[in-house]
Amino acid sequence: MSNNNPKMVPVPSHSIIPERDVDKTPVLEAQHLGIDFGGLTAVDDFNMVIGRTEIAGLIGPNGAGKTTVFNLLTKVYQPTRGAILLEGKETTGMTTAQVNAAGIARTFQNIRLFNNLTVEENVKVGLHNQNKYSTFSGILRLPSFWREERKSHERALELLSIFDMEDLANHKAGSLPYGAQRRLEIVRALATNPCLLLLDEPAAGMNPSETAELMDNIRKIRDTFNIAIMLIEHDMNLVMGICEGIAVLNYGRIIAKGTPAEIQANPQVIEAYLGKKKEG
Amino acid sequence: MSFLSNLINGISLGSVYAIIALGYTMVYGIAKMLNFAHGDVIMVGAYICYCAMSYLNLPPVVGVLMAMVVCTLLGMLIERLAYKPLRSAPSLAVLITAIGVSYFLQNAALLIWKSDPKVFTSVVNLPALKLFDGELVISSVAIVTVLACVVIMVALTLFTGKTKMGKSMRAVSEDKGAAQLMGIDVNRTISLTFAIGSGLAAVAGVLLCSAYPTLMPTTGSMPGIKAFTAAVFGGIGSIPGAMLGGILLGIIEIFSKAYISTQFSDAIVFGVLIVVLLIKPTGLLGKKISEKV
Amino acid sequence: MKKLSKSTRSNFITYGIVVAAFIVMQILSSGGKLSSSLSGQLIPICVYISLAISLNLTVGILGELSLGHAGFMSVGAFTGVVVSMSLQSSIASDPIRLLLAMIVGAVIAAIAGIIVGVPVLRLRGDYLAIVTLAFGEIIKNILNNLYVGVDGSGLHFSVTDTAALGMDGGMVLINGPMGASGVNKIATFTAGFILILVTLFVVLNLINSRTGRAIMAIRDNRIAAESVGLNITKYKLLAFVISAALAGAAGALYATNYSTIMPKKFDFNTSILILVFVVLGGMGNIRGGMIAAAILTVLPEVLRAMNDYRMLIYAIVLILVMLFTNNEKAVQIRKNITGKIVGVFRKKQPEGGAEE
Repeated sequence: MSNNNPKMVPVPSHSIIPERDVDKTPVLEAQHLGIDFGGLTAVDDFNMVIGRTEIAGLIGPNGAGKTTVFNLLTKVYQPTRGAILLEGKETTGMTTAQVNAAGIARTFQNIRLFNNLTVEENVKVGLHNQNKYSTFSGILRLPSFWREERKSHERALELLSIFDMEDLANHKAGSLPYGAQRRLEIVRALATNPCLLLLDEPAAGMNPSETAELMDNIRKIRDTFNIAIMLIEHDMNLVMGICEGIAVLNYGRIIAKGTPAEIQANPQVIEAYLGKKKEG
Repeated sequence: MSFLSNLINGISLGSVYAIIALGYTMVYGIAKMLNFAHGDVIMVGAYICYCAMSYLNLPPVVGVLMAMVVCTLLGMLIERLAYKPLRSAPSLAVLITAIGVSYFLQNAALLIWKSDPKVFTSVVNLPALKLFDGELVISSVAIVTVLACVVIMVALTLFTGKTKMGKSMRAVSEDKGAAQLMGIDVNRTISLTFAIGSGLAAVAGVLLCSAYPTLMPTTGSMPGIKAFTAAVFGGIGSIPGAMLGGILLGIIEIFSKAYISTQFSDAIVFGVLIVVLLIKPTGLLGKKISEKV
Repeated sequence: MKKLSKSTRSNFITYGIVVAAFIVMQILSSGGKLSSSLSGQLIPICVYISLAISLNLTVGILGELSLGHAGFMSVGAFTGVVVSMSLQSSIASDPIRLLLAMIVGAVIAAIAGIIVGVPVLRLRGDYLAIVTLAFGEIIKNILNNLYVGVDGSGLHFSVTDTAALGMDGGMVLINGPMGASGVNKIATFTAGFILILVTLFVVLNLINSRTGRAIMAIRDNRIAAESVGLNITKYKLLAFVISAALAGAAGALYATNYSTIMPKKFDFNTSILILVFVVLGGMGNIRGGMIAAAILTVLPEVLRAMNDYRMLIYAIVLILVMLFTNNEKAVQIRKNITGKIVGVFRKKQPEGGAEE
């Protein structure tokens, strides 16, 4: 399955952000990223580097601006300041769709599936820009239609098999249980052949055993697709368990970066989460 | 002088549009539906007033009051029978139902009052105001229309801002569920909104027919569509927006008839609407809606 | 290929119904069993069915409310009239002239669709709907003031009056608000049948293709569609323009069925009528919209005996159907009933005869 993904070079990832020594160009580099909403600064001076096949975590209290960072990276919002380099290339002026074509795929905190399409069709929409034929050949059912549709069909089932979801292929996406919907969103994102996958609270609403399974799957995805993954998550077991590097966001600014062990010991992080200890 | 007189005509026509648009915008704000039958309530109002004056020989004021009472009840009845059962249905289903109600009212009027146009006698029989040695003539209907519009506007602003019912209307339009949890009777509030909107429609119908005295079962359709456009133009859901949109639309219509082209005045009116919406996608005074990702 | 089978089967049923209905109507009409009012309705029924299919593409599949479909129909209608009348002397064959009228009608309506679609599709929801309404009114207003004539030197256009056409003899094809008169009635029921088949073929194949999936994905969740790399504007415009083109072809057929055709025929009410077909048939349900179109076009004719009351009854039927199909309680009651009926059949049929 991984052999038709040409971008991947398995580079074992070491420690991360940002003082790490990266031989290859990083997948993503955010430089002094910031955005204001009507005078209110939601994110400011956000710097981050993500290596080739790294799993990075973005954590922070509610309202810290984590999802806003994802929205900036995917150009749902245009940043007010700073630059985003994807595989060394500037993404300034790109639309969400163009950023996806350039290699960033994402999932959403509040699941956004194509509810009236089947599971397989959802994945096929993800494959849209890879299996191409014109609208004209689609209407007239020319040979290219049949050829590309068969390819899409096979690839969709192959991708669904990551989560053992092939049996659900003909079900309406909107009718799936919650956990399956989250998994389908990941499959759909993977279908766009990204080099960086952004997961917004992938374990939300999952029970501990489902979360443990998800952790295995995230690692499996990284290893088979050789892509970088960045995730926002409140479940600390998951974050500390699979992330190689973590950035902590509070009030729109990064207050700490480091390995899980470093973050756990960082007094500023503890303060952001638990509040300041009363003196005396 | 012709410029001034055109401007006054425009404001007067615009005031009628504004009064109709208020009904559209209030109902949209509260029930989130496009009430296409609103234009036909105008027509019913005008017929009731016509009947009261011509058949029962009642004074105009009584005619207007009767029209308002009948339309208010009609509005509440329509809401109760046709729209309330569809409170949780998709908006398009409600839209089609509203169109069904519109057909119903038009065809019922056709059966009752027949298709031949009635000549409406103006409810305002005061002499016209002559200014600048008779160079500028302002009809009394125009003055009454503009005054009525101002009074309604002020009254509605006070009502929604100061009274308990008005505040509950605003609350329902913000968030139906939350309003209900705060103990507001949502059904009664929606019913009240229809009542007010329809009562205003009766006033608009009488004023419209006083200025343009041909009354037919289809009289309400085109002003209805135009007023709806006006409501969108000003930002649908916004009361000052409906007012502004209505008056601007009236002025644009009269000016384009006077200075550009009589035949293409409709195209110009709708063309301006499109341009405005392209620049301000939620109308002049509409709230900007952004989807949270 | 197993996945395709379900939608393919449903599509074949739709085609089958159309072909069967055509054959039945042909047999009935050749046997003289059709009343004259119903046989006069055959071509309009075909036109409205086709319009219901094409509007479903915008409303049901793309998910944008359009209140101006009659505008595109009228563009096709008047283009079709101009084409068929101006070619009267050069092309003798009626079917070929009709075909050309429909093709050119579709092309010009598609161009109108692009002109309207580019600005309109930037808006959302009710604002988009109101602008389609506005464009429908603008198109009607322009056609109301359009004068077209033909003479030895070709076509002449004007927006003031016939005198301004500056023609050297020749004939006036479109006369402002009077519309076109003396049109050759070249439309046939068979042409209507073919129009439905072609419209169905285009729309159904589009839906079950990469492009159709993209359009429906945008309908279901625009932000997610963008996030997987879809060009929103492109696919919205594509759906809108195809819908307009198909409406144009239907309009051309409609116009060539009457000797006189006036712009006021294609007003807001006609747009709404087509929308009613789509909503009653179930949004996005192509077959449902077609059936609704056929029934609602025939209904006023059937109710003709009721004379003055027929449109009133039509309105009441419309309201009741909407209440019955959309009220929560009514839907629940209906589901219970159908559930029981299905249950009875299930018992007779062991294992339920599931096919998948």
